[in-house]
Amino acid sequence: MAERLLKSVSVRALKGAKRGGQYRREAMIAYGILIVGYLLLQLGAATGLIGMNLQGQFVPICVYMSLAISLNLVVGISGELSLGHAGFMAAGAFTGVVVTRVLEGSLGFAPARLIIALIAAAFVAAIAGFIIGIPILGLRGDYLAIVTLAFGEIIRNFMNVIYFGLDKNGHLLFSFNHAIDGLEDANRVITGPIGATGITKIATFTGATLLTAFTLFVVLNIKNSKQGRAIMAIRDNRIAGESIGLDVKKYKLMAFVVSAALAGMAGCMFGQNYSTLAPVKFNFNTSVLILVFVVLGGIGNIWGSMIAAALLTILPEALRQFSDYRMLTYAIVLILVMICTYNPAIKARITGIMAKINPFKKPKDGGGKTGGRKTGGSKSKKKSGKEEA
Amino acid sequence: MNFLSSLISGLSLGSVYAIIALGYTMVYGISKMLNFAHGDVIMIGAYVSFIMSMHLGMNGWLALLVAMFVCTCLGVLIERLAYRPLRGTGSLAVLITAIGVSYFLQNMALLIWGANPRIFTSLFNGMAPIHAAGGQLNISAESIFTIAANIIIMIVLTLFVNKTKAGKAMRAVSEDNGAAQLMGINVNQSISLTFAIGSGLAAVAGVLMCSAYPVLIPTTGAMPGIKAFTAAVFGGIGSIPGAMIGGLILGIIEIFSRAYISTELADAIVFGCLIVVLLVRPTGLLGKKVHEKV
Repeated sequence: MAERLLKSVSVRALKGAKRGGQYRREAMIAYGILIVGYLLLQLGAATGLIGMNLQGQFVPICVYMSLAISLNLVVGISGELSLGHAGFMAAGAFTGVVVTRVLEGSLGFAPARLIIALIAAAFVAAIAGFIIGIPILGLRGDYLAIVTLAFGEIIRNFMNVIYFGLDKNGHLLFSFNHAIDGLEDANRVITGPIGATGITKIATFTGATLLTAFTLFVVLNIKNSKQGRAIMAIRDNRIAGESIGLDVKKYKLMAFVVSAALAGMAGCMFGQNYSTLAPVKFNFNTSVLILVFVVLGGIGNIWGSMIAAALLTILPEALRQFSDYRMLTYAIVLILVMICTYNPAIKARITGIMAKINPFKKPKDGGGKTGGRKTGGSKSKKKSGKEEA
Repeated sequence: MNFLSSLISGLSLGSVYAIIALGYTMVYGISKMLNFAHGDVIMIGAYVSFIMSMHLGMNGWLALLVAMFVCTCLGVLIERLAYRPLRGTGSLAVLITAIGVSYFLQNMALLIWGANPRIFTSLFNGMAPIHAAGGQLNISAESIFTIAANIIIMIVLTLFVNKTKAGKAMRAVSEDNGAAQLMGINVNQSISLTFAIGSGLAAVAGVLMCSAYPVLIPTTGAMPGIKAFTAAVFGGIGSIPGAMIGGLILGIIEIFSRAYISTELADAIVFGCLIVVLLVRPTGLLGKKVHEKV
């Protein structure tokens, strides 16, 4: 029995060693999508083909891409369901707002301010991820999901009772659970449930694209490193991983903290794109939205989740002409896509049709418009893990 | 007296959570899925009851029955159309589909009934509150009926699951789906029945909740849904008495935090307690610990 377990890990480790080519391919596709997308959107904006409404979505698209990539590190690569990603986003966003407001007087150069804010946001979100990660990583499956949900709500709730302000000399004032008295509106930075006000918008499309590239760089490198392979081995078979001496908690915690830090940076960029920002923006629905990107893009498939994030951010905008029906359509599309990608009978039929339409394509690659192959793989692995347990 | 009245409203809110949590816990027990659309079934139930009594002039109790019927059908339909095609494909796919169904129900309600809040007329309108302790303590009829409904539902459901043939079949399916099928149990029927019971109870919970907190909007069910889910996990998901205990404790904690600590932080405290409980008992208060075999 133990031999079989070891074999399953060592085979996968070998696969990892051979994964170099596959890794290059994945990285090239992901960076390619980002660069081509950036150029196309810039071109569209410059020639006026893309309207102002959609141009306003450029930074959010990049932010949601980064969030989807970072969540993929937990859900896809580490194999844990997290329902509280928006909490880290909130921690990063509000840290970013405070830092940029404090630096506004002394540091005139906006990109430098943004970079410092991003680093601070990553730091705070990483600490939050660490504090949350330590107790919960002993839990499994659905219990872990509910605890991440709970933590996401707790972070958002705390944002509701936090007050920041600036006094006359530009020093930072802080108060918990009650408003700061005698402060002009312009000097209020964060006002409890109202959130952050008077933000100078310094997020740019280029900056957001660079952030997405950075996130991509970190996650792809982790995936292709020794640590990444250890994380995936634990995902595929925890007991086998433990038996060959992998420190399960350490690796799971690592994935969780890195993911939180990246989400914090994305949140910081998100916050700098709006003049006001309320904590309610980072509720459970936002966490779910990011999870939807990851699942629709194919769990563990990095570039798939990027495409899903971009399409699903544009889709509600594109459906605006159906105004009343757009969210309903969104819901129906979501359900249908899930059934079509995951139901074995329907999936086989689509694959068959695709093979007929496109005789050059191998049937193995066909049909999976959202990277079904990858998901199929991890699913069957999960199943075999369950049977063993 | 303040303490006692807080305790009673906590028990009343907790009873609502407990009834909703039953739907979560039974569905999770039998099909191992987190049915995030459950909270929105509550909202649909409340709306149906509202429309029946306000626009068709129906008696409140009759309207409740109609709402239960509609929700039961809705629950079975959702399971048949959205969840059954994905059975056995891993929890994540079903989870996202459930979220899709939740969006669908919310936006459907938005289309049909609009975004304007409706003021729900209490089912117990006109019943005088009971005065106790020399008039210092008022116990509303809503509280009494909610707590009573919770107790009755618990007893009936426990008897149903433990004593009847259908209940036995449900327990068998939740223990081992495949083996139950081999024993000649109609798995589809058992799962449909579970969804029917859970959704029917959701309608009851919706009407009781809106009787106490009368503002009805399309997202009314979302937060109570999450809280009730938390309650189900708190008590040990899959366990019927666990749902009751979890719901009651959660309701009491919430009301007491609101009264004595902070209104804004009440939710944070509720979720914090959940985390503490899960750290001490990783499968909830009454959850069964499943040993991992290699």
